[in-house]
Amino acid sequence: MYDGGKIITGLIIFLALVTFPLWYTAASGDASYTPDPETPAQGNCIESKEYMNAWHMDMLDDWRDAVVRDANRVYVATDGKEHEMSLTMTCMNCHDDKEKFCDRCHTYLGVTPYCWDCHVVPNQQGRR
Amino acid sequence: MEKSRRRFLCALGGTVIGGVPLANALAGGEYKAAGRGLAGDKWAMVIDVRKCIDRNDCKACQDACHQGHNVPKIEGVKDEIKWIWREPYKNAFPDQAHDYTEQKLLDGQLPVLCNHCEHPACVRVCPTQATFKRDDGIVLMDMHRCIGCRYCMAACPYGARSFNFKDPRPFIANIRKEFPTRSMGVVEKCNFCAERLAKGKGPLCVEACEKINCGALVFGDLGDKSSNVAQLLRKHNAIRRKPGLGTAPQVFYIV
Repeated sequence: MYDGGKIITGLIIFLALVTFPLWYTAASGDASYTPDPETPAQGNCIESKEYMNAWHMDMLDDWRDAVVRDANRVYVATDGKEHEMSLTMTCMNCHDDKEKFCDRCHTYLGVTPYCWDCHVVPNQQGRR
Repeated sequence: MEKSRRRFLCALGGTVIGGVPLANALAGGEYKAAGRGLAGDKWAMVIDVRKCIDRNDCKACQDACHQGHNVPKIEGVKDEIKWIWREPYKNAFPDQAHDYTEQKLLDGQLPVLCNHCEHPACVRVCPTQATFKRDDGIVLMDMHRCIGCRYCMAACPYGARSFNFKDPRPFIANIRKEFPTRSMGVVEKCNFCAERLAKGKGPLCVEACEKINCGALVFGDLGDKSSNVAQLLRKHNAIRRKPGLGTAPQVFYIV
């Protein structure tokens, strides 16, 4: 192989640069970081934690269609309890700190839901 | 949660790839209408202009509505957002004014709002079905779907729609958290207080008008022959805006 040393050195540098995000996060300890949203001290959520964790976005998506388009405003949970389908008035009545609850995971995952472009965050008039 | 084929396939994918239990995705509650809500077949409004015309400065209905729905106060005809407002008779009824129309009427300002037409032009043109007509006659907007193309504004012959050219939040004095604001780039209009009907209350404008002991605005169900609006329309001759267009407005004016 002509210029074998140069090619292999080049390949090693290339691989090191390409895999930079992987080994950098592993080395800095960020890889083991998991977001820790603060939940209210008391009370249960309307559905189980696992369910809300995996499906809250689909649930809210369904809620908005049910409320706006079908005029169904009441959610009957699996335990039979009834709740008003409202992000601000139901969810954020308990989860009242957006920065410590919603944003922690959303920021970590790099998702920017536009719920709060319109829906009001309690105690944070005009802020998003 | 809604149990559709799409949702099932998504969940199946989640199970295969991520190991999320399939049953988890298919759990969830059901939806139903609020028990205490008002139900109607054909919601309508009757405006008794004779009561309203002497109070040209009165803005009780507008203030109540705009405050209750977080409508921003932006100056300028291009940018302003209006759900209900007062319009000179000759503008509201350009085809129903003539040389001998009562001067008081011609000079007067009367309340105008979305007419919740039986054949709404805005609904026909909306490319995303963000504007739609409910079974009870209310022409409603789904802000989640509005893409801001303003086709509906071009179609509406009553100018009942406003476009958010800028972020409305800085222009709302007191934001009510019970009702969402709008974002930049969507169209908005009167919703006949659909959110209040669901809680068993009438529209804010009607409530405000009753509160000042005027009672010019009356709201009710035309599907019910004994309702207040049906009785008023039987007793008096009422006109509608631009009847020749065939939109069949559900806001009636007794002049």
